[in-house]
Amino acid sequence: MQKIEELMREKAAALLQDGTADCVLAWRRGEFPYDHATAVFHTGEELEELTYDCFCPANLAKYLIQTSRAGQKAAVFLKPCDTYGVNQLLKDHRIRRDLVHAVGTPCGGMLDIRKIRAAGCRGIVAIEDRGGDVAVTCAGGPVTLPRAAVLLRKCLACKGNDYKIADEEIGAKQAVPQAPADRFAEVEAIEAMTPEGRFAFWQQELSRCIRCNACRDVCPACSCEQCIFDHPGSGADGKAYADASQEALFHVIRAFHVAGRCTGCGECGRVCPEGIRLDLLNGKFAKDINTCFGPYQPGEDAETPAPQFTFRPGDPDPDTAVRNEDRRDGHA
Amino acid sequence: MRKLNLADLDKLLGALAREGRVYAPFRRNGRTDFAWYGAAGEPDLENYTVKAPKDVLFPQVEPLLEFRQEGRRLALQAAPLPQGKVIAFGVRACDIRGFAVLDKVFLQDPQDEYYKARRDSLTVIGLGCSEPEETCFCRTFGLDPARPGADVDTWAADGCLYWDARTEKGKALTDALGGSVPFADAGEEPAAVARQAAALRDRWDKLPLHGLHFDERLAAQELPAFHSPVWEKLAPTCLGCCTCTYVCPTCHCFDVRDEKTGPFDTERYRCWDSCMDRDFTQMPHGNPRKGRLERFRQRYMHKLVYFPEDHEGTFACVGCGRCLKACPVNLNIVKVERALAAELADTAKEGSE
Repeated sequence: MQKIEELMREKAAALLQDGTADCVLAWRRGEFPYDHATAVFHTGEELEELTYDCFCPANLAKYLIQTSRAGQKAAVFLKPCDTYGVNQLLKDHRIRRDLVHAVGTPCGGMLDIRKIRAAGCRGIVAIEDRGGDVAVTCAGGPVTLPRAAVLLRKCLACKGNDYKIADEEIGAKQAVPQAPADRFAEVEAIEAMTPEGRFAFWQQELSRCIRCNACRDVCPACSCEQCIFDHPGSGADGKAYADASQEALFHVIRAFHVAGRCTGCGECGRVCPEGIRLDLLNGKFAKDINTCFGPYQPGEDAETPAPQFTFRPGDPDPDTAVRNEDRRDGHA
Repeated sequence: MRKLNLADLDKLLGALAREGRVYAPFRRNGRTDFAWYGAAGEPDLENYTVKAPKDVLFPQVEPLLEFRQEGRRLALQAAPLPQGKVIAFGVRACDIRGFAVLDKVFLQDPQDEYYKARRDSLTVIGLGCSEPEETCFCRTFGLDPARPGADVDTWAADGCLYWDARTEKGKALTDALGGSVPFADAGEEPAAVARQAAALRDRWDKLPLHGLHFDERLAAQELPAFHSPVWEKLAPTCLGCCTCTYVCPTCHCFDVRDEKTGPFDTERYRCWDSCMDRDFTQMPHGNPRKGRLERFRQRYMHKLVYFPEDHEGTFACVGCGRCLKACPVNLNIVKVERALAAELADTAKEGSE
């Protein structure tokens, strides 16, 4: 991906130079082979630090809220899946189209450093993405891992290599990392559980929550000016509760709130320090919306309103629709 | 020194659990974290934990007071001080220093009674590191990961757990275990432990942060550091979440909140808080740190400048590297320190020219 990185630097320099952009949203090279930080670049000199490779999973779309609000024209490098977030933010009127210059940036699938560590890599000194496999140099010696085994979860159900919004594209599109897995397979597995089993599963997941709010803060659909859970006047501004069940309520309320706007980018699951499967909670809503109202992908474009926000004659009662679907699947 | 076959680790934990509540690293769902003995998961002496064990002294939520409205009267009931012995097992050198940093905060006058009660009843069993990760930089703070420095130090090497009771508390605990743990004598300086320490030193030199130095002069540079352009460069992409704070062994801010538990009942408790949070430090006019930059700056100024200023040069960082792994956007104290130290060095150079 070396070449894409160079194209990005040139593109960023040109956009800053000709005034198309006041700033550029991209990634800054890290300490290690895998810890590139999200970054805002304002000058050509800083661009030396701009980097891009298989360790740039973060979706930069959310930063457009702050640049738009500041009236800055921002050029933003977007992987195909990130473009859904930009469309959704446009649809939610959180960003200004005239202040966004979207540059489609090819992606061949991002790697998960947690999976690399879990595969036994300790004291990581270098990582080389060789296409079919990943060569990791550790303090104790080299380790080679199949690339498919260390792909980020969100890349296993890749939405494809098309940009849903782009003012221009750089580099050649890359192939989807592997045949996309069924996005809802894991949601269906949870639906198939008994109510007790499902409750135990979610209790097990959500009881690990430390209320760091990273899931919310990274989410392009969580774009409120001020979150009710941070608002001292809201009566719901818990930092942590004496009663642990309220932690679970935070996640359930958030899932309701982003339903129909969650693009399924998977960032909530990626950033959770405790590895809580928040993506499954949101996935359940996405699946139910599809079931009730027909296929709908938030962020596919910037115009089509979400099914819950429109009334069409013949819309089913959601409760009935989901139950009918359950019956078809042979559940109680 | 004594030793125990690692196959008997369960016996040891069971015996410890008869002496007090045991807090130890357990692995479940592919992640390792400190948990109370008896919870699900396997004890894990290899992997580093996601969170620091600071909650054994400073729980995320701690009840302080209950009050009940009885007619025109308010009945107050202070939460009882925590009681009973607690044993933290498998604590690394970095986290033991983390406890020492917390001590500086909570045990200084006025002492925090709840913390003091927990501290007094805690016995710490340290664990020597064998395989530090690339994110580790405890040596930057003069720590030796092979020598935890707890009440009892242990090392998992060559299929055995080596056991060295160092303090009165540690010796008392060892005596109390008596014959219930099949310890064998291991001599003064077991070769397996020495070999592990030597291997660790070799390995350390290969890791990317092996020569990392935190600049002590930052503490004397409060204003230049505060006004540094570094913040404008790094802060804009901070998400403002509390992940770094909550996995950190030294972050110690808390909020005090009231929660209605019934029509006439309220519980007052304290809970972890973070300067990254928008509703941190609510003053009559709101949070004095209005934006992301101010909040981001506060966390690092506290760790690198204010805390050393107030505590004889001790950084509020122990090099555990957890925030390096946990930050969703890969900002962290190493990047901030490097940028800040470099920038201040440049300024100093310009000044002398």
